[in-house]
Amino acid sequence: MHQFIEYSIIGIASGGIYVLAALGFIIIYKASNVFNFAMGEMMMLGAYFFYLVDKQLGLGWIIGLAGALGLSALLALAIERGLLRPLLGRPPVVLVMVTLGVGSILRGFAGLIWGPDVVQLAEILPRKPLFIGDLLIPGKLAWSFLWVGLLAGAFMVYYRFSKAGLAIRAASSDQATAEGLGINIRGVFSLTWVMGGMLATAAGIVAGSVNGVTPQLGLVALNVLAVVMFAGMTSVGGSLIAGLFIGWMETIVGAYLGAAWQNFLPYVVVLLMMIVKPTGLFGEHRIERI
Amino acid sequence: MTKKSEPYSFVALVRKHPNSSVQAALWVALTLVVLVFPTFSSVYFVYMACLIGINIIATVGLNLTVGYGGLLSIGHSAFLGVGAYVSGLMWVHLGTPLPVNIIGGAGAAFLVGIAFGVPSLRIKGVYLAIGTLAAQYSLYFIFQQWASVTGGDRGLSLPKLDVFGMGETGFYYVVALLTALLLIAAKNLFRTRIGRAFIAVRERDYAAEVLGIDVVQSKLLAFGLGAAYAGVAGALGAAFLRIITPDQFTLIVSVFFLAAVVVGGRASILGSILGAVFMTLMPEILQFFLRVVSGGANLAVVIVPLREIIFGSLIVGFLLFEPRGLVGLIERAFGKAETFDSKPEA
Repeated sequence: MHQFIEYSIIGIASGGIYVLAALGFIIIYKASNVFNFAMGEMMMLGAYFFYLVDKQLGLGWIIGLAGALGLSALLALAIERGLLRPLLGRPPVVLVMVTLGVGSILRGFAGLIWGPDVVQLAEILPRKPLFIGDLLIPGKLAWSFLWVGLLAGAFMVYYRFSKAGLAIRAASSDQATAEGLGINIRGVFSLTWVMGGMLATAAGIVAGSVNGVTPQLGLVALNVLAVVMFAGMTSVGGSLIAGLFIGWMETIVGAYLGAAWQNFLPYVVVLLMMIVKPTGLFGEHRIERI
Repeated sequence: MTKKSEPYSFVALVRKHPNSSVQAALWVALTLVVLVFPTFSSVYFVYMACLIGINIIATVGLNLTVGYGGLLSIGHSAFLGVGAYVSGLMWVHLGTPLPVNIIGGAGAAFLVGIAFGVPSLRIKGVYLAIGTLAAQYSLYFIFQQWASVTGGDRGLSLPKLDVFGMGETGFYYVVALLTALLLIAAKNLFRTRIGRAFIAVRERDYAAEVLGIDVVQSKLLAFGLGAAYAGVAGALGAAFLRIITPDQFTLIVSVFFLAAVVVGGRASILGSILGAVFMTLMPEILQFFLRVVSGGANLAVVIVPLREIIFGSLIVGFLLFEPRGLVGLIERAFGKAETFDSKPEA
């Protein structure tokens, strides 16, 4: 039982990474209806950007963080403006295939530039474990969870109370009306991609500083899709619970059944979810059955 | 007033007489080339031809789902895996002949496909993509972990196959025959009610429903048929390579087939052929090119990421600039300039 609680805490803490990435995914999906399969790769590349500025250019971790966020914002903007903007109005299947292609390209470039081996990021998180009673929590995980919580909280406040957040919500509920009311829809698309890219980068850096980075991190992070589906595609609050749950489930399953079970169980959960409640846990009733 | 005659050219001739003896002659010529090909070429080219044939079958299958059905599947290779393992296991344990194994593999892939399609196809949108991702990962897990049956990572070895007592060449003919049959079947499917229902559902599901089409059934069939084609390709591939390992059926392979569909041309049988040929030859050409450039040093590290970049760029590039794929390029070169949206079933 003691062990189970420890694993649970570790799992929930690592689920925090999913929460961040899922938020980035959901905001893009809500505003522009693009189902972004490149989210995992944006996460992976964000972590590499941090490595590039911090270690390879030797500018230190503070500039590294800023540089990684800036670079990934530029990358996301380039993807949106260059590849997705020309395809506005085309069938969703086409948009999804484009993001899948983008993901493949990004993974390839990461492999070409940084090689297939694990890259260790700078130790920005303290290693010293925390004790609650006699429960041991790895220090990096605890601190990463704290950071994730802060970032997710800040994002939600921004989303709820800022003017830009209001514009995004307006665009997501009705694009035509929002445009009629003077909201710059294309600006909203760009803004959500930039924010999505930065959230993915934050998630990537946190994930990378716990376990290191490889080009395959993008594929692992594909589980974010499962989180998002589980939460219901559009629910910002729901992604919080779904992310922590999937993270917890993965760790528990990995600990008791072996790592091979980790990869596919999130998707099976989602498949079951589709049968029982297709809207996801907290989804709006926008989903159409046919 | 005299009518100005068209310039005498081969293309004009074919276009003027769409069903004339010219076209028949072309088909006869093509058949002859396919038949005599092995006698005039080396083992390597016969090997590549088999690979291309197998990839054509899988690509046509994915095109039924993605191009004609408008449903995104990113777990195609998992269904190849189902076909491969089922046919391989039938062969090893039951000793059934190749045609039975292939039918078994196709049937199994169809059923597994339907099982993953049922939850996700009831809902509109990209849910099938996630459903197929679930198929990709969970089937890979089964291939890898159920070692007592599948052989795990070491794979499942198959006995040598001898068709008509001709060895490799005999197998080439099997592949050629099956490819031709399945291509004709796919082509003719879209002259039937079932095939036209796929397109109707893709274009406007509500309108299709009003016309009396069972939308869910039609989508399931489009997906299941694609999986069944993949099953055939998987069974052939297993008999061809004589070893089945889980790593033949990863997500990258699924993206490979998706790229083949997009590059060749969605909703086009000819496109699937072109796409499969192009995508099969591309890594070979790339490898050859790299060997020339680098002198053979450290290739493996570069080639995997390079392939990913090229697959991705092809998908993105064609979707952006030529949504009808290579077929669109060819038709434009011959002066047929219709947009993809005005004639999607092309």
